[in-house]
Amino acid sequence: MSDATLAFTGLGAREAAPAGPLLPLRARGLTVVLGGRALIDGLDLDLGPTGCTAIMGPNGAGKSLLLRLLHGLEAPCGGTIDWNGHAPGTAVTRRQALVFQTPVLLRRSVAANLDFVLKARRKDRSRRDAMLDHVGLAGKAAQPARLLSGGEKQRLALARALALEPEMLFLDEPTASLDPGSVQRIEAIVAEAGAAGTRVVIVTHDIGQARRLADDVVFLNRGRMAEHAPADTFFAAPSTRAARDFLDGRLVV
Amino acid sequence: MQDMTEALGLAVDLVASGDPDLVEIVGLSLQVSLSATLVACMIGLPLGALVAVTRFRGRGAVLTLMNALMGLPPVVVGLIVYLHLSRAGPLGFLGLLYTPGAMIIAQTILIAPIVAALSRQVLEDMHSEYDAQFRSLCLTRGQTIAALLWDARYPLLTVALAGFGRAVAEVGAVMIVGGNIDHLTRVMTTAIALETSKGALPMALALGIVLMALALGVNAAVQGVRSTAARYAYV
Repeated sequence: MSDATLAFTGLGAREAAPAGPLLPLRARGLTVVLGGRALIDGLDLDLGPTGCTAIMGPNGAGKSLLLRLLHGLEAPCGGTIDWNGHAPGTAVTRRQALVFQTPVLLRRSVAANLDFVLKARRKDRSRRDAMLDHVGLAGKAAQPARLLSGGEKQRLALARALALEPEMLFLDEPTASLDPGSVQRIEAIVAEAGAAGTRVVIVTHDIGQARRLADDVVFLNRGRMAEHAPADTFFAAPSTRAARDFLDGRLVV
Repeated sequence: MQDMTEALGLAVDLVASGDPDLVEIVGLSLQVSLSATLVACMIGLPLGALVAVTRFRGRGAVLTLMNALMGLPPVVVGLIVYLHLSRAGPLGFLGLLYTPGAMIIAQTILIAPIVAALSRQVLEDMHSEYDAQFRSLCLTRGQTIAALLWDARYPLLTVALAGFGRAVAEVGAVMIVGGNIDHLTRVMTTAIALETSKGALPMALALGIVLMALALGVNAAVQGVRSTAARYAYV
């Protein structure tokens, strides 16, 4: 098996949108090898049509990479991903949104950042002000986006993702290094999106956050699926030693 | 030294009084170099953007060529344009030789590679920052390029000013294709060369003062644009 190039996967071209629901997701044998090392190692994953899944695991377990594979930003070296009968591609990715750990905002005003995606994706631009209000940024519409605080930037990134009306929302440690107030506001927005029917997958190191948001937990260790269980079960009685060590705050090796 | 001081005084008088010959020469210089900058940006910016966001076989060679063309010798560009525009040349029928049009063409060829290479660098750096987000948003290549060009507008303005600075200060190309004809193709640099050779130092120095002021103005503009953009976190 050759190394992954982790390069451009060819998104951007127009494809016909697949009909029917995007979920369930069925991934089998996902593998990513880079520099002779398996970053994702024969991973199987099933995601149902509703709820919130937390992906947890120690640093370097492959959590963010798995998110990027599922979203179509990277191509696996091996394995298959099936979105309710549809192969990954632009048409599938267009029905999803991803919020990165460090939000990438355009060098424009807050409002112009939202206008950009609404125009690019031919969404109703009159929703902009309501979206800003929804994330508590209505009063900052004219400000340069890159001068916002960390929490505000992440809320803008979340508003931009939700403006796409995604069926699947991927969140890659969206509250890392934010203060408790910002974390609470972002979690409330995510919970609201989930309640409105958006399928959520969140990568987090924050056990409290996973307990608050997740219906089920995927625990990765060294690129492998160590555990996938309902959240209550996972936190009450993790079935693997790695997960127990992680939850106890011990070094997972 | 006495002559030099006297000449400098006369030069300052020429500038201060708005000498008609001086104004005409400065006006034509600006017209030619600003036009060349505009055309060079229309060619160089999309080219730089395309190379910045595209991966293709031979890209490394293209980058090397773009960078090498930044150092095109003006006299060689002038010679090549002259050969094409002369009556026996392939474009001789256009009758452009010894006109401001020919000078614009020569300066455009001189600075379009500068605009393309510098903008490619600016846009590639920005693209590496935006790439994952843009792919997540499923933008087309056209949307990506348009967004990059707009978001890099301040650094790209400094690129354009760098191109203008190079164009307005060069003498070799415009001398060959323009011919330094009085009231027709005489620009600041060619006039300075002519007046100096004639020993008419006041006019040469007056033009030199204007040219230096322009260079200073361009640099001040670059600094101003950078400061403004930095204040709004747009760079």
